[in-house]
Amino acid sequence: MGSIFVIIISSMLVSNVVLSQFLGICPFLGVSKQVETAAGMGAAVTFVITIACAITYPIYYFILVPLGLEYLQTIAFILIIAALVQFVEMALKKFLPSLHASLGVYLPLITTNCAVLGVAINNISDGYNFIESLICGFCTALGFLIAIVILAGIRERIANNDVPNSFRGTPIVLVTASLMAIAFCGFAGLV
Amino acid sequence: MNTCAERLKNGIITENPTFVMMLGMCPTLAVTSSAINGLGMGLTTTAVLVLSNAVISLLRKVIPDKVRIPGFIVIVASFVTIIQLLLQAYLPFLNKALGVYIPLIVVNCIILGRAEAYASKNSVVPSLFDGLGMGLGFTFGLTCIGICREILGAGSIFNIQFIPDDFHITFFVLAPGAFLVLAFLTAIQNKLQMPSATNTNAGDADLACGGNCAQCVGSSCAANKGILEAERVAAKAAKAQAAKEAAAKKKAAAQKQAQDEKKSDSTEGKED
Repeated sequence: MGSIFVIIISSMLVSNVVLSQFLGICPFLGVSKQVETAAGMGAAVTFVITIACAITYPIYYFILVPLGLEYLQTIAFILIIAALVQFVEMALKKFLPSLHASLGVYLPLITTNCAVLGVAINNISDGYNFIESLICGFCTALGFLIAIVILAGIRERIANNDVPNSFRGTPIVLVTASLMAIAFCGFAGLV
Repeated sequence: MNTCAERLKNGIITENPTFVMMLGMCPTLAVTSSAINGLGMGLTTTAVLVLSNAVISLLRKVIPDKVRIPGFIVIVASFVTIIQLLLQAYLPFLNKALGVYIPLIVVNCIILGRAEAYASKNSVVPSLFDGLGMGLGFTFGLTCIGICREILGAGSIFNIQFIPDDFHITFFVLAPGAFLVLAFLTAIQNKLQMPSATNTNAGDADLACGGNCAQCVGSSCAANKGILEAERVAAKAAKAQAAKEAAAKKKAAAQKQAQDEKKSDSTEGKED
């Protein structure tokens, strides 16, 4: 139980996927203009990462390891994730049209989100069991959701502020991300 | 041979992936805590980029158009695996330092971007040099950022220390420093009005993805891109129209002024 709590805190806050592992920077900077779209993107990422963790784990341990094909991990995982995203989109469209209407536009963008592949690979290299890797995936994605929503909130405020000319646009967003990263460093004392 | 040199220059200077195109930001931020890591990551990516560009260019007529993105991903992933195994065997320290970011080269936007934009449309030799140029440009960018962060954060260049321990700003080799260094880099580019993805207005569209196609491999948003392009064309046409009107007005004003001057000249002449 204790180890699971450590996994939750460390994957969500201490080693936050965006602010300390630098995965998924593109959507973090690109889709964080409004809180609403940021939350949609975060929810879609949470959904896909959790399912990706649940699927890559058995494929690695029940197909690749018995056949001695561990070195095919990268190729197998990226193909699984790409196919999974397509499949999730089709399934949502068919069975949960309301959810598809709110998450649908973000799903295709996630294939190239390095956070998904990164979490799947980290789970294997850290030697987690199935439950642990599922929790780790879900909490990492929750960390992404927290970070992108906070950034979007701050950016909505920045829009009303008087920013120096040369810092308008991307630079001020990066400065904000840097300050957020400092704040998240403070969580290091928790574990 | 001329196109090859042009491709090299294009990758390193004109369309430098780090400074101008702002592509592949994840490794740019993550592994530049020291110059040697930046250099290693840059060269690894270069190797993958050159090989994948060459193979994709060779197979460009074999791969059906509809499944080209998965095809490209498989080719890139194969080369990444090969390079990863080579690093594990011959450069274990680099493999340890770069860690999970080596398999993540697969999802680096630069590689799929070049495959889609150049290698799938051009013959082998130019594609190879395109990959080499882009890779060297990326290496250059990562090494520069790595050197900046290493000097500020650890007082050394390539592990040769020249500033005593007491004067290090450790902040810069940690995660927040990466964002801050990149923030100042882009701010300087904005200040000097240098060509860069950060000071164009492409990102201002009302699209869900942010509309910045420079940071996207474009595998799934052809429709979005179409809308963006249409917007851009419309804006250009409006601008051209405005410029035309302005020019016409200016011309009329100039004529009027000339007439006035003529009049005043003649009156002045009479007075004289």
